[in-house]
Amino acid sequence: MTLLDPDLAARAIERALSRGGDLGEVYAEDRTAFGVALDDGRVERPQSGSGRGVSVRVVAGEATYFGHVDGIAEDDLLRVADSVAQAVSGGQPRTIALEAAKAVQGHAIAQPPEGVDAATKADVLRRCNERARSAGDAVAQVSASYAENHQRIEVYNSDGVAAADDRTRVRLGVQVVARRNGTVETGHETRGGHAGFELIADDPEQVAAEAARKALTMLDAVDAPTGRMPIVVGSGFGGVLLHEAVGHGLEADAIQKEASIYAGRLGDKLAGDGVTAYDDGRRPNDWGSDGIDDEGTPTQQTTILENGELTSYLYDLIRARKDGTTSTGNGRRESFRHLPVPRMTNTFFAPGEASQEELIAGVERGLYAVSFGGGQVEPATGDFVFGVSEGYLIEDGNVTSPVRGATLIGNGIEALAAIDGIASDLSIATGYCGKAGQSVPAGVGQPHVRLRALTVGGTAS
Amino acid sequence: MSADLGDIARRAVDAATGAGASDAEAWVERSTERQIRVYRSAVESLTDATSAGVGVRAFLDGRVGYAFGTDTSEDGLRAVAEAAHAAAAVADPDEYAGLPDDSGSTPVDGLFSAELSQWSTERKVALAVAIEEAARAQEGVTQVEDTVYSDGEGAVAMANSRGFADTYEATSAWAYCSAFAGEGGDRMTGLGVGIGRDPSVIDPAAVGEEAGRRAAQLIGARQPDSRRCPVVLDQFVAASFIGFIGGMLSADAVQRGRSLFADRLGDEIATPLLRVADDGTDPGGFATSPFDGEGVARRRTPLIEEGRLATYLYDSRTARRGNAQTTANAERGSYRTPPSVGTSNLVLEPGDAGFAELVSRCGDGLYVTDVAGLHSGVNPVSGTFSVGATGRLISGGELAGPVREITIASDLVSMLQGVQAVGSETRWVPFGGSVKAAPLLLSEMSVSGS
Repeated sequence: MTLLDPDLAARAIERALSRGGDLGEVYAEDRTAFGVALDDGRVERPQSGSGRGVSVRVVAGEATYFGHVDGIAEDDLLRVADSVAQAVSGGQPRTIALEAAKAVQGHAIAQPPEGVDAATKADVLRRCNERARSAGDAVAQVSASYAENHQRIEVYNSDGVAAADDRTRVRLGVQVVARRNGTVETGHETRGGHAGFELIADDPEQVAAEAARKALTMLDAVDAPTGRMPIVVGSGFGGVLLHEAVGHGLEADAIQKEASIYAGRLGDKLAGDGVTAYDDGRRPNDWGSDGIDDEGTPTQQTTILENGELTSYLYDLIRARKDGTTSTGNGRRESFRHLPVPRMTNTFFAPGEASQEELIAGVERGLYAVSFGGGQVEPATGDFVFGVSEGYLIEDGNVTSPVRGATLIGNGIEALAAIDGIASDLSIATGYCGKAGQSVPAGVGQPHVRLRALTVGGTAS
Repeated sequence: MSADLGDIARRAVDAATGAGASDAEAWVERSTERQIRVYRSAVESLTDATSAGVGVRAFLDGRVGYAFGTDTSEDGLRAVAEAAHAAAAVADPDEYAGLPDDSGSTPVDGLFSAELSQWSTERKVALAVAIEEAARAQEGVTQVEDTVYSDGEGAVAMANSRGFADTYEATSAWAYCSAFAGEGGDRMTGLGVGIGRDPSVIDPAAVGEEAGRRAAQLIGARQPDSRRCPVVLDQFVAASFIGFIGGMLSADAVQRGRSLFADRLGDEIATPLLRVADDGTDPGGFATSPFDGEGVARRRTPLIEEGRLATYLYDSRTARRGNAQTTANAERGSYRTPPSVGTSNLVLEPGDAGFAELVSRCGDGLYVTDVAGLHSGVNPVSGTFSVGATGRLISGGELAGPVREITIASDLVSMLQGVQAVGSETRWVPFGGSVKAAPLLLSEMSVSGS
């Protein structure tokens, strides 16, 4: 079922471009969502939402004019198109003809979540609760949440783009609080993807067991050390370091504003020979994957680092036009309410040859940072800080005590140059990436990666 | 317009009770927001956004469900009401759930400025360009990365099945500027902010100068040696910490065992100098409104009085569970989210020390102008934190060289009990919640550098 008649889309674009403009675009979206949570053993906060909306964008030279409205009524769409056109000046109108939006090959959804009884979803949360509570007497609290999202989009533009995408995402998260002798620790684990309920239905208790393991392990943590030392970063969510400290700096808007330390560095050797990294929005059923981006460009695999050499930035249509290149399929937006901006999809280091054990065995005294609570980076300088939510000391080549309160402090360029080992165990985790007031699902991932040295801000004196 | 919204809210409530809900509540909003982003004295983007929708909370024998939608036709309202009722059936019963016992409104002046509609787009563009130029004119500024002006007006209507029905309208305007000083990898960032109910109260020169000055003062920042020293937090950083602490005073977090302030009512959690209130009625704060997200009259609630923890923040559900009164802190992000306990505006009561006096009393220490990773770096249950920081050293009671790539580590209660002075200069800070903050002088903290 289409959202927008192509003739109406063409008329709206013509009206939006009535006073000129290089690109006119209409984006229509229909979204339904359901979510439910469990806390204190009780299923709560069930909620469902539905919404439609449409936005109009005109790009004229360096300027972007944008308007949106809830609902997809013809009158509203044309009113927004006129309102956007009023802000433009000095150009010529033109005629637009569009074909019906074509859907690209999507990601396989075996079991659409809308077809699954809400009570079954609530039951998944109850099973997670039981599994986490059975993990040990120290488990004090368990909370769990399930969310599903079905988004259909259509994009039309004055260059003839007429594309559609149908996206289903599901996500399960479990948080466990463990308490023993006045010490309190939390453990968190998620599973999600561009997938149907089948992703959740397959042994959801494993997510709960992992969250409980993290919380219980951290009860025995000692204070984190302080100083410069070798770091082994864990697979999966450990890739948030690449996402934050490198990936954001490669987004073409930051590059063109020279707000990134990676500006002007294409072709430079920033890391060692074995270091290759991708942004890949095509990976089947991964969290950050889509059929097309939110400007209608098919998603693709983009090599950002090849054997240590910086090979590509991440582009949307507008920034690509400015640099005389083509979009890399990274023009993403949270919803019709947002302008597309260059955003990562799934970003990860390619697997190497080493094993996790070999990387750790090579460290005399260091930190094994398995997972991060989050992090921030200053794109202008590349300085970053990450809180380590699960970490361990490495002593004489062995993983020993868990540590609490560690933060990793450093700089993206320095960290890339410090990579001296990559394992073969690639995995992708589910993140939400915030930028320009928009949050989009982003896959973060990597195999185990070792850094020669990084500063650890600890709590031990 | 508000009369229409009120009618939609009442019809949505009727549709929910008609679908079988024992009680119901509807929140309807319609808003328009404009945003202008300028770069190198020209418009980079201009946005005009209209948002309208309805959210319905349905109660069914102690079970609660929520649904929202954008279709406010008769059929659309019925679909949302039925979805809320169906969602409620999935929940487990909650003995404390229900509509508030006492609904109502507090008269609040100054939420709506008619001046806003008098401003043409051209005038707003000129204001944004003036901010950018003021930032660029500051000595040491190499680039102005981002300059944004935004404003909007919105109307909200609420109704519930116990007879509450009210509406309000509000306007807002804010501007933000981010400037760089220095070159290459030594480039440092500074922010400038201005807020009000219409653009006439935003001084473009002040916003631009602030961004430029904050960046320029960090030129040449280095990583210092690790040390233990007293610390001065500027208003932005104080606002971030106060906002974080305010969130942990939510009765929901306390009752779920997720707050280090559980079982601390009446305790001296801070030095007597510290006074913090939640105030949903101060027209200077963007979270101000006549009623909260479930239709309870807004009020001012002292949270920390002379260092003592006076109360938690409650909505009607957590108040029932905690044998307390609601503090009218049921907050909503939009019609797309159900009400939940949160802060409205937090107000840090000013002390009498000017900024120079704070720095002088600090002696040898650190002045922090930015923190990174606060939300990921704090353990909400233990309160221990380790956050990245940027700022300047303080040497002999004077501001000295700029520093970066440092972490400050402590725990929140030690920090509150280490407040040595509260600054006299307050301002509204619109990020990390809505906080009216003053600078703070703190006793020794662990600062790690190289």
